Amino acid sequence: MAETQIKNFNLNFGPQHPAAHGVLRLVLEMDGEVVERADPHIGLLHRGTEKLIEYKTYAQAVPYFDRLDYVAPQNQEHAFVLAAEKLLGIEIPKRGQYIRVLYCEIGRILNHILNITAFAMDVGAMTPMLWGFEIRERLMEFCESASGARLHMNYFRVGGVAQDLPAGLLEDIAKWADDEFPAFLDDLESLLTENRIFKQRTVDIGVIDAEQCFDWGFTGPNLRASGIAWDLRKSQPYDAYADMDFDIPVGKMGDCYDRYLVRMLEMRESLKIIRQCVENMPGGPVKSTNKKVTPPTRGDMKQSMEALIHHFKLFTEGFHVPAGETYTAVEAPKGEFGVYLVADGSNKPYRCKIRAPGFAHLEATEFLSKGHMLADVVANIGSIDVVFGEIDR
Amino acid sequence: MSFIGQSAKALFLKELVAGMALTLKYFTKPKVTLNYPYEKGPLSPRFRGEHALRRYPNGEERCIACKLCEAICPAQAITIEAEPRDDGSRRTTRYDIDMVKCIYCGYCEEACPVDAIVEGPNFEYATETREELLYDKDKLLANGDRWETELAERLRADAPYR
Repeated sequence: MAETQIKNFNLNFGPQHPAAHGVLRLVLEMDGEVVERADPHIGLLHRGTEKLIEYKTYAQAVPYFDRLDYVAPQNQEHAFVLAAEKLLGIEIPKRGQYIRVLYCEIGRILNHILNITAFAMDVGAMTPMLWGFEIRERLMEFCESASGARLHMNYFRVGGVAQDLPAGLLEDIAKWADDEFPAFLDDLESLLTENRIFKQRTVDIGVIDAEQCFDWGFTGPNLRASGIAWDLRKSQPYDAYADMDFDIPVGKMGDCYDRYLVRMLEMRESLKIIRQCVENMPGGPVKSTNKKVTPPTRGDMKQSMEALIHHFKLFTEGFHVPAGETYTAVEAPKGEFGVYLVADGSNKPYRCKIRAPGFAHLEATEFLSKGHMLADVVANIGSIDVVFGEIDR
Repeated sequence: MSFIGQSAKALFLKELVAGMALTLKYFTKPKVTLNYPYEKGPLSPRFRGEHALRRYPNGEERCIACKLCEAICPAQAITIEAEPRDDGSRRTTRYDIDMVKCIYCGYCEEACPVDAIVEGPNFEYATETREELLYDKDKLLANGDRWETELAERLRADAPYR
């Protein structure tokens, strides 16, 4: 009898699949239960952010960055304001820098909690997700008391941050960092790290070595899980990161389990930075004193004609940024988040290209999943930490 | 020795039992969930919720139609038309906020030189139809009248930081 040729089965994964982490449509070519080809289709959440920013003043562009990676909005804002500040050549007061670093690390923890717990749920553990949301809620309260919004903070401004922290907030954060959060991390670890079911689903799944990481443009925890100690906070410290004492956790194997471990350890490092920020928080202004960039306080605005003129000028026309271009990158929780900003001397950016780390990571889905089972695709997507706000932009 | 230890751990499902014990510990702890419509989480004076147009204590509306909020709004959700009133003062004839477009960034409140447009503490204004979310001046002023006590208190509490 002649051998029959069996055609591979094409499987549509997503875009409405809960394990697709948003709106990923993955077309899988299956040989039985083994993945032969994985083809990610993106663009379902495309909003044209980069083009929109060309038509907004620099201040108006900041809220758009919240909506890229909506799990950790602070870090995105940070990249944009740093880029604009570099072009303007202004210096930020120490307190402003510390507050930004504090909130960036809060953003990192927000991101890693969601990623780890969602990843755990993807591979079958329900409880971490429910616990994780409780602790995220506390962090969102901190965001809300500083900026007025739980998620889309719009708190960082070109020249500093919008407002000073309310009295008592630093004490609350210190209490949370000392008592609540380490206990939560210990509990989370005792549920997952040694758990044999979790390990069976993650160890040796989606292995990528250092060389391949470079080829695929990996950054952030995914790169560090393959053993490269590369962290922009250390290699080119921005804002107050140079003052901070923290370590870079690295993995060894570059599999899903190592990526989980690196994120777990990174949260503890973030906690260190948060403690240092709270302890060493300097006094003074939170915004640059350059009157052409930062709006005046309300008291000044109501008393002084000059301040009122500046207020009107800044809220209508905005400030003009000298012509030039810059690529400024920050270590966002997902990896290197870069903003390539071209200014033409007007009050609006000429071009704003956004480098989203998730985009590069998603490209490697096929590489990571080839030859694995269908269920491992879910583990891979969960462990490389994709959010479609930033991938589709 | 470590081999025996490892095997014992594996045989007796040590980490699974430990995980179960942990979840059991949480089972007996007090609930952290809020019984939502009756209990709510804390809100700071900076919370950015539903908009309102405020009045002066004598009943005169604050908005002077300077259109700063319209200019700064990144989503272009605000539409204002204005002309002098009969008594010669400049006031809006139309003040619309498209609450569907609004991204609640808080720039309008920051821009307003007379504290007229504010984002209040209310976040429970879901409607059945889209049209109800296209707020006009009457609706915004009604919001202001309804929430004024709280709005004034919030502005007072946040004043040292603004």
